[in-house]
This record gives sequence, C-alpha cells and structure tokens, in this order.
Amino acid sequence: MCGAPSQSPALPAGIDIEKETVLYGAVSKAGAPVPGAYVRLLDGTGEFTAEVVTSATGDYRFFAAPGAWTLSVLHKDGKVRREVSATGPGLVEVALELA
Amino acid sequence: MSRADVLVSADWAEQNLNTPGVVFVEVDEDTSAYDGGHIAGAVKLDWQTDLQDQVRRDFVNKEQFEALLSAKGIGNDDTVVLYGGNNNWFAAYAYWYFKLYGHGDVKLLDGGRKKWELDGRALTADAVSRDKTDYKAKDQDLSIRAFRDEVVDAIGKKNLVDVRSPDEFSGKLLAPAHLPQEQSQRAGHIPTALNVPWSKAANEDGTFRSDDELAKLYGDEGLDDGKDTIAYCRIGERSSHTWFALHELLGHQNVKNYDGSWTEYGSLVGVPVEKNV
Repeated sequence: MCGAPSQSPALPAGIDIEKETVLYGAVSKAGAPVPGAYVRLLDGTGEFTAEVVTSATGDYRFFAAPGAWTLSVLHKDGKVRREVSATGPGLVEVALELA
Repeated sequence: MSRADVLVSADWAEQNLNTPGVVFVEVDEDTSAYDGGHIAGAVKLDWQTDLQDQVRRDFVNKEQFEALLSAKGIGNDDTVVLYGGNNNWFAAYAYWYFKLYGHGDVKLLDGGRKKWELDGRALTADAVSRDKTDYKAKDQDLSIRAFRDEVVDAIGKKNLVDVRSPDEFSGKLLAPAHLPQEQSQRAGHIPTALNVPWSKAANEDGTFRSDDELAKLYGDEGLDDGKDTIAYCRIGERSSHTWFALHELLGHQNVKNYDGSWTEYGSLVGVPVEKNV
C-alpha cells in the first residue's frame, strides 16, 4: 500500500502464532486496496481449500499449514493468481495485485 | 424434480425482485455481510442465532421455526429463494433446513452472492420489512437427516461422502483454512468414506456444474447408485451443498445430510477413525 510498512494481520484472540501458519495480505489494483474481492486458497494439487472476501481495507487471511499453496483472486475488476510456499508455522504475507 | 425447479439464475432473480409471492432470503456465515448490502427486498436469516438452538446442539424446534418464519414475513405458499456468501454453503444448508421442515417451494440462487457481485449487480443496505405471517411447519423429514448411530452403522455399507477439502480429510487440517485450526477433536475421516470435496460440484464463480458433469464426477469417484448415501463435512453446511447436488439436481434417492458431521464424529469415544498424515 504505497510503500507503507507492512502491518501484522488482525488476529482473533487466543491465536498461537507459534503453531498457526497464517497466510495474509492485501488485494490491490493500481495501488488502491480492493475490498470485496474473492480470495481462494488452493492446496498443492490445485484443490480448493478455503475462500474469503477481502475486508474494507482489502485484507485477507487464512489459517493454513506448512506446504505449497496457490492464492487465486476474482473480482469484477480483475483477477490474479500467485503460488506461495510456507516453510513452517508463522506469518506469511502475500500482496496480490489485480490485473 | 429438475434443475429448473430448485435453482434460479441471477437473471431470473433480477427479473423477479418484486414478484408477489417470491421472497429472497440471505443466509451467511459472515452475518454482517447482509447489513453491508443485500439483494433488494431480501430478508436475513442468521444460521447460528436463528437456526440453531442456543443451549443444546440441535436445530430450533418446529414451533420456533414457525415463529421465526412468521416474524420474517415468509408464508407457507411463498417461493423462497435462498442465497448467501461462501459459495452458497449456508444458503444450501438453509435450503436443506427448509426442506427438513417441509416448506413447499424453495430454490437456491445459482452462484449466490459471489456470482451476483462478480456480475456487478446491485446490492442495497436499505432496511427490509415484511408483514408478519402465520407460518405452519411440518414435522422434521428425517429421510434427509442422518444421526451419529446411523453413520457408524453405515461404515462399509452405505456411500459415505466426506465433502471437506483433501487436507481436512487426511487430517492435516481440522477446519477450513479461513478458520483457526485449534480444536479439541481428532483429525481424520470416517473409514470407507469417499473424499469428494464440495468444490468439485461448483464452478469458480460459485454456480453448480452441469448435471452431466455432476453425474460424471460422482460416478468417477465411485459413488454406488444402488446404495443409500450420507454426506458429511465439518458442521453440516458444505455437505448440504453436496446433498443439494445429489438429491435435488441429480435426483438420487435416499441421500441424507449428517449435520453433526466431523465436529461430532471426531469427538465420539470409541468410533473408528482413519488418518493419512
């Protein structure tokens, strides 16, 4: 978001970051956050795992597990697809820019 | 029963927003979605506070369901069109639930909120009020609802269809990945269950695949047409989606949804569990 320092995701109370593998980030288009985008998490075989809608600030978040994942975004103004790998528990930030 | 009897397109919905006797109902997991914008005239059902007993783990009873629908202004003769987020998971759950209590004419909006939004169709935050009705429900139709003992007895005998993601089926994850993973029950699946994720029944825009594609999908996965079927997931909502595909779209007989699903089965003492990780 315009060079602002990356921020930690807002997490529900009681989440143990030592154990959870959190994939998170923001969806944007031309630098502006995109709320209401559909972000889909696919596993290493390309199978659907989960889907969320981005928040008012364009943010999404998944509780995944270590491994290879694909993020696929649909919105009426564009789409984007990115592969990502999580090596262990912790936070993994992936910014997604609609094309 | 055919596809046209149970599923309506977004075009049809847009043309029937003001048709007397047609009531749109939004059902979401994120129950704040409705308040931010909904299809014009649609009323909201909260799957947790409206459809679940608030003390026991069970559904609201017949009298409570009657009071709920009466207050929402839904009549026995109305055509109820359900839609929601999450690829219609909770709308499909509500569809099954309306059928459980014997509502006559209920349909799903194909693609739900997602397809509607991707199409750029209008949503409004305007408040909706409908005149109260005197709704009368029927006794639960238990031919479409499975309980735990029946599920245990079905191992190796009936089709058990686990519609969760492969990682939940194998035991790698305990819940869909948009939810926290810390839970007390065991991970894995019911022995002899097929893993046919609900998502294989849907296109990426949330609409259902064609009847031919669905028939091929379940045939290829080894679903035996000659046997009764029980579908389950984590809490019974995704399995409602698959129940809809099998029972309402493909016309399979004797298909039940196990609403206790993995959060019940995976906490039972002494039952067999398979885990692949």
